[in-house]
Amino acid sequence: MQIARETLLRSYRAMRTIRDFEERLHVEFATGEIPGFVHLYCGEEASGVGVCANLTDNDTISSTHRGHGHCIAKGVEVSGMMAEIYGKSTGVCRGKGGSMHIADFSRGMLGANGIVGGGPPLMCGAALSHKTLKDGGIAVAFYGDGASNEGTTLESLNLATVWKLPVVFVVEDNGYGEATGSSFAVAGTQKDRAAGFGMPYLECDGSDFFAVYQTAGEAIAHARAGNGPIMLHVHLQRWYGHFEGDAMTYRAAGEVAEAKRDHDCLDLFRKKVTEAGLLEHAELDAIDEAVRDEIESSVVAAKAAPLPEPADLLADVYVRY
Amino acid sequence: MNASITPITMPKFGLAMTEGKLAGWMVRPGATVKAGDDLADIETSKITNAYESPAAGVLRRQVAQEGEMLAVGALIGVLADADTSDADIDAFIAQFNAEFSAGAAESADDTPPEPSVIDVKGRALRVLDIGHGDGDPIVLIHGFGGDIGNWLFNHAALASNRRVIAFDLPGHGGSGKDVGPGSLEFFSSVVVDLLDTLGIERAHLVAHSLGGGVALTTVKNAPSRVASLALLAPAGLGPDINMAFIDGFISADRQKTLIPVLSYLVHDKGLIGRKMADDVLRYKRLDGAVDALRQVAAANFADGHQTDNLRPVLESVPPTLVIWGKDDEILPSSHAAELPDAITVEILPDTGHMPQMEQSEEVNSKIRTFLAR
Amino acid sequence: MSKKSFRQAINEAMRLEMRRDPRVIIMGEDVAGGQGGTSGVVDAWGGVLGVTKGLYTEFGPERVLDTPITEASYIGAAAGAAATGLRPVAELMFVDFVGSCLDQIMNQTAKFRYMFGGKARTPLVIRAMFGAGFNAAAQHSQALYPLFTHIPGLKVVIPSSPYEAKGLLIEAIRDDDPVIFLEHKVMYDDEEEVPDEAYTIPFGEANLTREGDDVTIVAFGRMVKLANEAADKLERQGISCTVIDPRTTSPLDRDTILDCVADTGRLVIVDESSPRCNMAADISALVAEEAFDALKAPIRRVIPPHTPVPFASVLEALYLPDAAKIEAAVKAVMNHKVTEAA
Repeated sequence: MQIARETLLRSYRAMRTIRDFEERLHVEFATGEIPGFVHLYCGEEASGVGVCANLTDNDTISSTHRGHGHCIAKGVEVSGMMAEIYGKSTGVCRGKGGSMHIADFSRGMLGANGIVGGGPPLMCGAALSHKTLKDGGIAVAFYGDGASNEGTTLESLNLATVWKLPVVFVVEDNGYGEATGSSFAVAGTQKDRAAGFGMPYLECDGSDFFAVYQTAGEAIAHARAGNGPIMLHVHLQRWYGHFEGDAMTYRAAGEVAEAKRDHDCLDLFRKKVTEAGLLEHAELDAIDEAVRDEIESSVVAAKAAPLPEPADLLADVYVRY
Repeated sequence: MNASITPITMPKFGLAMTEGKLAGWMVRPGATVKAGDDLADIETSKITNAYESPAAGVLRRQVAQEGEMLAVGALIGVLADADTSDADIDAFIAQFNAEFSAGAAESADDTPPEPSVIDVKGRALRVLDIGHGDGDPIVLIHGFGGDIGNWLFNHAALASNRRVIAFDLPGHGGSGKDVGPGSLEFFSSVVVDLLDTLGIERAHLVAHSLGGGVALTTVKNAPSRVASLALLAPAGLGPDINMAFIDGFISADRQKTLIPVLSYLVHDKGLIGRKMADDVLRYKRLDGAVDALRQVAAANFADGHQTDNLRPVLESVPPTLVIWGKDDEILPSSHAAELPDAITVEILPDTGHMPQMEQSEEVNSKIRTFLAR
Repeated sequence: MSKKSFRQAINEAMRLEMRRDPRVIIMGEDVAGGQGGTSGVVDAWGGVLGVTKGLYTEFGPERVLDTPITEASYIGAAAGAAATGLRPVAELMFVDFVGSCLDQIMNQTAKFRYMFGGKARTPLVIRAMFGAGFNAAAQHSQALYPLFTHIPGLKVVIPSSPYEAKGLLIEAIRDDDPVIFLEHKVMYDDEEEVPDEAYTIPFGEANLTREGDDVTIVAFGRMVKLANEAADKLERQGISCTVIDPRTTSPLDRDTILDCVADTGRLVIVDESSPRCNMAADISALVAEEAFDALKAPIRRVIPPHTPVPFASVLEALYLPDAAKIEAAVKAVMNHKVTEAA
């Protein structure tokens, strides 16, 4: 498979940005300075980035409560995201959404979503817009193995098939819905579920950027060509708890350590591209350095940014009321 | 039935009125009145109007109570000589009511004439065409923002012995919303087109406000088509125009903002109610209506003054009557000054920009006299 | 201008807006009907009560979309489509079915604009029929407008006549916020004069169907007609009423209600929805707070009991407000005697 050098560099940078963003939040959240709660995407970076590397700003995605990675992968600005998570007026949602509601319509990012299973119906609608307006775009619904059981998701698989919509259903399967394992909560298989709707199904190893990029590329090409919806099942490992502060007592000792040791998407990426002579270590190091600076300055800026004004409380409930 | 007894019945204002509310008596029982004195305020769904006594006499009975809703023609009071006995009056009331309810049942399906939308050289115009007679027909031309409803209290009265046509100017009421350039020249050409379409060689034009400017322009461009002019507060005779009214009328999209604007139109501000505002809003809500009004305003009042000076037209006009409310707040009655001697000018006291509504009886009678001359 | 039924007025509003704007689409269960059937007939129903009849024939399958019976996915899809460039009119059939898709309305659609910092526009109309009077029983008869009114981000429209329905629906379709448009199912054959052209009635301005001196009656939807019937009867007995049709419960024209209460000093509210936390309660609170000194009598609410809507006609009639109950409430406030404090 040929992947353009720019795509490789951009994708590595996106994965590194997600990783550093989330690791920094892990640290900063513990200080108590971040309001509310956050759900981290560490360990799953290659999934969001590998899928979104096949998309343009004209394509639309919906995300989940674990949405920071999808935002960064879709090109949402890091400084605005960080300020949002700090609840500042410079945030991408002016401090009114927070971690679970980051959205940037100009990037085709229709929002992280605090409701499990909230996104798939919305992506049926975005796909309908793309199809009706004939703008060449497609829609991608990211959702977890937990959300794969929601009625909204199953209804959406049906509706998208009935209407032959250009939508890719990406199941990010990290094996846990909150604290309950998918071996308990998910009946049957994702593959059989897709088959039940007559929908094509692809799967891949989510720690391998190249596998995700290639498989997602096939899925997206299928949808873009007007062949209707398709399911992409990405197998993943979640490095942190469901939310920050979750001690993950439901996971066996060593499970996460093994994931970090053997399935770190960034390590695997670096190994592969340097061994294949596609990129140099020095280039990747330079990206690491730049991302460190970017995250650092985004945190500094977010902490210094002004709080929302009292008048913001009443603003933007309606376009006009 | 005693000839000296006059029944006072619920009047019919306009064509569509089927019932009215006796809003208030203005004369106490036992009071002596002259013909033409205001007897009571009658409230319809459109407007409140004073009901003038049809005869002289003593108001012997108030049959209807204030606030009561009654069918048109129902007995609301009894006028008689002072020496008519109470027994005779009671008998009269009993007989009237017995006959009236029977009559009401008979005429129940007597539906008022409905306006229709006709094609006038490719333009949809809403027209209400009533009455028959030998003389030249009358064409009623309303003003800026108006419609055939502006002639509610005049149309039927003028049509007792003559064909009378009211229509909505383009952009107004139920007519198509294309106003072209929106100028007097344009509207005047539509009037001529309407006469052609209806097969009318010559008509008396009774015209209000901007419609007056349209009528004068028609005289200028097609003098042979105009038998006479009756102009009510016409445009074109001076520079002044109340732009607060024009701008407010265009921009107001709610009853609350529109009512103060409509109040400019009348001397008696109590005449303007929510219902009247709602009628205007029903028209203004139609797609294209507000754009049409903007275009008409731009063409005729571009710099806060009237664009056209039509005084030169008055040098050679057919017989012309000008009626103006003394307290007109839209176009000042001073515009009626220094008109050629041949023109009859009537300035009505305590009257605003809508004499045909505020002083409908008087205006109708002056127009009838003028046409009968 | 011609006489049109409530059903025709609503159909015409959608038809005119679909002609005017290619982004307007219709979706819902059986809005055409017949697809996949063995007869080959499409547009078999035009909605379960025929309100969307003929739109499929004129605009075709790309703009009139039949859905599976899966409210959550297609209401959500309508929201997603609205947020990405279309202007969908989604039909929820019976408003009672909102139970199957409330998340997509309450947590998604209503909140996009606020939680995304003002960046989203969601020009979505959800049409649904509501109300009792058809023996449709507990799951097909509710008047759930208070539920939607409670949710910031939604606008809620309850047309009271064919003229109102057409103008308010066109306004709803042109509005950039999500609008819940609720049609009383008993009214579909009501007729009145309705212009043929498109027109809009603004939200948040109450309509006074009559003005009086003694009592202000606030009523919603079908109740407006009943309030006017009662007021006609009361007028003949010398009691004159103002009847307010708020047209929209969100936004609510508070000023007009307060102005009228200031004029009459007495208030009766007629509300078909379940009585706890309904519009009658909401408006009572408003008036108690803002116009306490104007009141000459306690506020009266003509409301159903706190029960599901019953099936049997005799019970349903007991359940519903009617003109006689309104008349009695007006007389009760008229007859209230103020007891002076000692």
